[in-house]
Amino acid sequence: MIRTTDLSKNFGERRAVDGLNFEARQGEILGFLGPNGAGKTTTMRMLTGYMPPTSGTATVAGFDVVKESIDVRRRVGYLPETVPLYTDMTVYDYLKFMADLRHLPNGGNAVDETLEMVGLSDRASGYIRNLSKGMRQRVGLAQALLHKPEVLILDEPTIGLDPAQIIEVRNLIREIGKERTVLLSTHILSEAQAICNRILIINKGKIVVEDTPENLQSRLAGAQRVYLRVRGEADELAGKIRLIKGIQEVNLAQQGDGAMEFQFAPGKDLRPEVARLAIEQKYDLLEMRPINLSLEEIFLELTRSEGSAEAENIPTKTREN
Amino acid sequence: MRNIWTIAKREFNNYFSSPVAYTVAFLILAIIGVVFVLNILAFSSNPFGMADAPDSRMITAPLAFMLMLAIPALTMRLLADEIRMGTMELLMTAPLRDYELVVGKWLGAFLFVLVVIGISLVFPFMLNSMVAPGIDQMQMVSGYLGVILAAAALLGLGTAISAIFENQIAAFFSTLVLFVILWWLIGAPANILPSGGEVFSYLDMSAQLYNNFNEGIIKLSSVLYFLSLVSLGLFVGSTAVEIRRWR
Repeated sequence: MIRTTDLSKNFGERRAVDGLNFEARQGEILGFLGPNGAGKTTTMRMLTGYMPPTSGTATVAGFDVVKESIDVRRRVGYLPETVPLYTDMTVYDYLKFMADLRHLPNGGNAVDETLEMVGLSDRASGYIRNLSKGMRQRVGLAQALLHKPEVLILDEPTIGLDPAQIIEVRNLIREIGKERTVLLSTHILSEAQAICNRILIINKGKIVVEDTPENLQSRLAGAQRVYLRVRGEADELAGKIRLIKGIQEVNLAQQGDGAMEFQFAPGKDLRPEVARLAIEQKYDLLEMRPINLSLEEIFLELTRSEGSAEAENIPTKTREN
Repeated sequence: MRNIWTIAKREFNNYFSSPVAYTVAFLILAIIGVVFVLNILAFSSNPFGMADAPDSRMITAPLAFMLMLAIPALTMRLLADEIRMGTMELLMTAPLRDYELVVGKWLGAFLFVLVVIGISLVFPFMLNSMVAPGIDQMQMVSGYLGVILAAAALLGLGTAISAIFENQIAAFFSTLVLFVILWWLIGAPANILPSGGEVFSYLDMSAQLYNNFNEGIIKLSSVLYFLSLVSLGLFVGSTAVEIRRWR
């Protein structure tokens, strides 16, 4: 449904998107993961016909994004990063306007159905300027869903929503992704893992990794890092943990507060042994949790493991807590 | 065509929810009303001194002038506001051609101005009932045609400038300056140049209005003058939107 070939975009001297090649099939939710400025929005803007690529081609729903832009736009639902709303219109009027632009034969019905879908039926006659950020996000989503598009392109769809709304929107996207093609961008790893069938990590306009969330998880689990805290001094305990077979590294966080981070090789989970040791040594175990890698660390990790296979065993850099 | 209408309809309705449009409409009509009353008073206090019978020029002349001043305020936000609010991204990714967007915006504004011009028709009707045997009605039609054509041309140019700027004030002032040039300055070289001055007097908008349409003279060349300005404005506007995609 979406296919790009060496898709590139320059802004003056800067290369924002650099030779992207990827494909998204029908019934697939493809996640674009990357830090701000990675080229996610620019790529989406090229796919939706907002701006033409500098070089390379892309087809969406079988149409070329430059030569058959109008055909592409007819089949795409797009939610830009800054939700474009006419704040001086009511929710209903705004959606009716979009339905008219899309030549929906039964505009009013489509609006009602979509409002129902995003849970805004009771706010239909309210002005958009009076809506909260989360509700505005949903109006934007409604606008993208109005014409039941074959391809849905969502730029950071859950940004600014509260946790309950995030879950709702994610469920909605999952539902839509069963039959249609969804391309969504996010800079939250767990979000991409939660909804996407496939994740594309891009950085500096290039694809760093393309994989399923499961494979990505295991690739990232090159080493498992765990945070541990006990009551009182922990220097002695840290020394003992170091002696457990398989433990790679133990770092005391701060003198005297009993916190530390330890790391072990993947394969065998050493957390139970560490916990047992702490209890046997009569320490009060207060906290033990895995440390998730931040996006920056993932990039470091991935770009490194792409570069050389033997580098994978090098422990990740110590994280400041 | 359908897309143009969708855009125009939203724009037209939008004017009625904006204070700028009401203010502009009220002030135009108020000024014309004042000029009208002053003219009537002048005629009635001095019935024998005036050589001419009152005619529709006392309405169409200030109407055209007021529209020239007011249209920059009506067109400044047409596209500049969409760019600023980010809704341009919505319109530029909707199945809508760039020229349809620009023409729709222009049409919405034009329909609003037509409403204002339509309301001003009460003055010639009042005048008609005041004088015997009534005013020269064909002159009135000609004068109004001139006003409508001038409004269309000015709106076209204003729409184009609004497509270039992101800032409304910049769009407003540039539009006003362009109008001042077309209205007052462009005809000036005709009086100085030894030859070729006809080009400049042809481009002089106030001369086209006051020497032709207002006097009841409808020339094909004058009609073409205004229609070419409309096309020029819409072409430049569409090109400006298109260029926006490429940078």
